[in-house]
Amino acid sequence: MENKAVIIDLKNISISFDDQPILKDVSLEIHDGEFVTLLGPSGCGKTTTLRIIAGFLSPDSGDVIFEGKKINGVPAHKRQVNTIFQRYALFPNLNVADNIAFGLKLQKKSKSEIKKIVEEMLSLVNLKGFEKRNVSSLSGGQQQRVAIARALAVKPRVLLLDEPLGALDLKLRKDMQSELKAIQQRLGITFIYVTHDQEEALSMSDTIVVMDSGVIQQIGSPTDIYNEPQNAFVADFIGESNIVDGVMLSDYNVEFQGIRCRCVDKGFGLNEPVDVVVRPEDIDMVPPGEGMLSGDVTSVTFKGVHYEIIVDIKGFKWMIQTTEKAEVGDRIGISIKPDEIQIMKKSKYSGLYGDYSSFSEEFDELSDPNAELTDEDEVSEMGE
Amino acid sequence: MKKSSLTLKLINAPYMIWAVLFIIAPLIMVIYYAFTDRSGAFTLDNIKALSSYGAIFGRSAWYALLATVICLFLAYPLAYIMAKSRASTQRTIMMLIMLPMWMNFLIRTYSWITILSNTGLINSLLKAVGLPTAQLINTPGAVILGMVYNFLPYMVLPIYSVMSKLDKSLVEAAQDLGAGKLQVLRKVIMPLSMPGVISGITMVFVPSVSTFYISQKLGGGKFLLIGDSIEMQFQSAYNYNLGASLSLVLMLLIIVCMLIMNRFADNEEGAMII
Repeated sequence: MENKAVIIDLKNISISFDDQPILKDVSLEIHDGEFVTLLGPSGCGKTTTLRIIAGFLSPDSGDVIFEGKKINGVPAHKRQVNTIFQRYALFPNLNVADNIAFGLKLQKKSKSEIKKIVEEMLSLVNLKGFEKRNVSSLSGGQQQRVAIARALAVKPRVLLLDEPLGALDLKLRKDMQSELKAIQQRLGITFIYVTHDQEEALSMSDTIVVMDSGVIQQIGSPTDIYNEPQNAFVADFIGESNIVDGVMLSDYNVEFQGIRCRCVDKGFGLNEPVDVVVRPEDIDMVPPGEGMLSGDVTSVTFKGVHYEIIVDIKGFKWMIQTTEKAEVGDRIGISIKPDEIQIMKKSKYSGLYGDYSSFSEEFDELSDPNAELTDEDEVSEMGE
Repeated sequence: MKKSSLTLKLINAPYMIWAVLFIIAPLIMVIYYAFTDRSGAFTLDNIKALSSYGAIFGRSAWYALLATVICLFLAYPLAYIMAKSRASTQRTIMMLIMLPMWMNFLIRTYSWITILSNTGLINSLLKAVGLPTAQLINTPGAVILGMVYNFLPYMVLPIYSVMSKLDKSLVEAAQDLGAGKLQVLRKVIMPLSMPGVISGITMVFVPSVSTFYISQKLGGGKFLLIGDSIEMQFQSAYNYNLGASLSLVLMLLIIVCMLIMNRFADNEEGAMII
C-alpha cells in the first residue's frame, strides 16, 4: 500500500463540541485503493473523523487534503467522497431504482445512462429485480445493499462507511463483511470504514487506525496491531491480553512478576519500567514448578475451540487459552516463549487494563455506587 | 381475555356515547330537516332552493382557497426556518405563534376592525404622514386577511411537526450525493414534508370555507359566505330546513375536497384527517 499515492491527508485536525475536545491533533495519511478502518470505542472520535472527511463538519484547526488540494471549506456535495450512513438514510419516498439514481440525476446524466448504471449497481449488490420495490419493504440487509449501490453509483474516489453493519445480525454481518471487501477489491476504490468491532476491523482492513479519546493510538496492518500493540489500550481493545508491569533490564532482557526472562524487544532505557503483554493463546500450561511462574486456577470456561482459564499468580489474574483442561483450584505452571512477549512503553493507559479479575471496567463500575459515567459515555451522546 | 375486552368496552363507552350524541344524532337531524318542510312532511324544496346559492358557494370556496394558499406560502418557509434553528429559538417562535390563540377568536377578529377601519390605526397613520387614506375594511381582502390571520397556526404546526422529525441523515445523504441547498429542499425536504402540508391545507381550508364571523365583521356583510347564509337561516330567518340543506351541501363539499386531498396523500403517512 505504501507505494500508492496519498489520496486523503489529515493534518493536525482538532475539533471540539461545546468546549469538549473530540479530536486532538489527529494526523492521518490514507492511500489510494486502501481499506482503512478507524477502530475505537464509542466517543473516541472515529465518526467525527469520518464526518470531517465527508464535509459535514469542518475542523477547528488543521487541514483536510484531498489529492494534494486543501478542501477544508469545500461542502459535502462537491467532494468526491460518498458515505454509507449508519442507518442507511434511504429516501423513503423513492423506490430502490430512484434511490440509486438520486446522485446520477443530480449529475444530469441521460436517462439511458442512468438506467444502465442502476442495473450495474443492482447486480453488483445482488439485488437484481428489486428496481420498483419500496425501500421500506426491504429488510435491513437489503436496505444496506441499496445504500451501498446508491453511494457507489456516483463513482466516488473514496467511500466512507459509518458502522454500516451495526444493525445486522451476526451471520449476515459476516457475509456482508466479505461482500464489502470483495466489492472494494473489485472496484479498487478507497474505503474508510468506521467500527467498534475489533474482529470486523482485523478481518477486513489493509490498515487499522486505533483511536481513543480523540487521539490516534496506533496505525498499522492488522497483524502489526495484534502482534505489536504500542500501548495497553491497543493491546486490550484488540483481542485479549495479559498486561503486567515489568522492568526492561537491558536489551532483550525483561523482568516481571519476580522473574527475569528473554524477549525480542530492544531500544528501551536501562531499567525502564514497561508494560509486558502476553496474548492468552501464547501461554502454555505446564505442570507446577516446570514453568516460569505458577499459580492457582480460579475459573475455567469452555469456549468451544479452547478452554479459557484464569490463573492467579501473585495476585495478578492471567488469562490462558488452551485446548487442555484444568480444574478450578488446580495449581499449574505457565511458560511463555521469548517471541510471544511484547514490550510496550508506559502510557496513560498503564495499569488500567490487562488483569482478568473482570473483563471490562464497566462491569466493575456497575456494582460501584460511587462510580461516575466515564468521559467516553458522555462524549458519545454528543459526538457520535 | 374476556375480562380485558369488557374493560376495553367500558373504556370505550364514553367515547361511543359522545359520538352518538354529538356527531351521529345531529347529522341525522340535519338530514331530516333538509328533506322536510316546516310541518315535517317530506319535500325536496329545500334542495331546489339551493340553486340560488351557487354564487355564495363559489365565493366561499374561492376565498377559502386563497386564504389556504396564502397560509401555505407564509407557513412553509416559517416552518422550515423553525425546524432548522436552535431548540431555544424553536420554542420562542412556537410561543409567538401560539400566543394569539390564547385570546378568544372573536376578540382577535374584532381587533382587526380597529386596525383596518376608515378611522383605524392604518388610516390614521397614513393621514398623519400626509398620504391618502385607503378603504381597507369591508373588502374581500380584509375577509381573506382575517382567515389567514386566524388559521395560520393550523398550517404552521403540522408542517413544522413533520419537518422537525425529518431524519437529518436524509439531508446529509442528499448533500453527500451532490445536492446543493436548493436541491436538498426540492428533492428531499419538500416531498417528505408533504404529509404536513396536506394536513395543514385541510386544517385551514375547512374552517375557512365554513366561517361566518370573519366575513360579517371584516366584510361588513357585503360578501356573504356560505357560513353567513347558514347562520342567517337559523338565527334570523328561522328557516331550519333551508339552513340544514345548506349545511348538508357544505358538508358534502368539504368531504369531496378532503377525498381529493387524501388522494394526493395516498402514499404519505399520517396525513389522513378524515
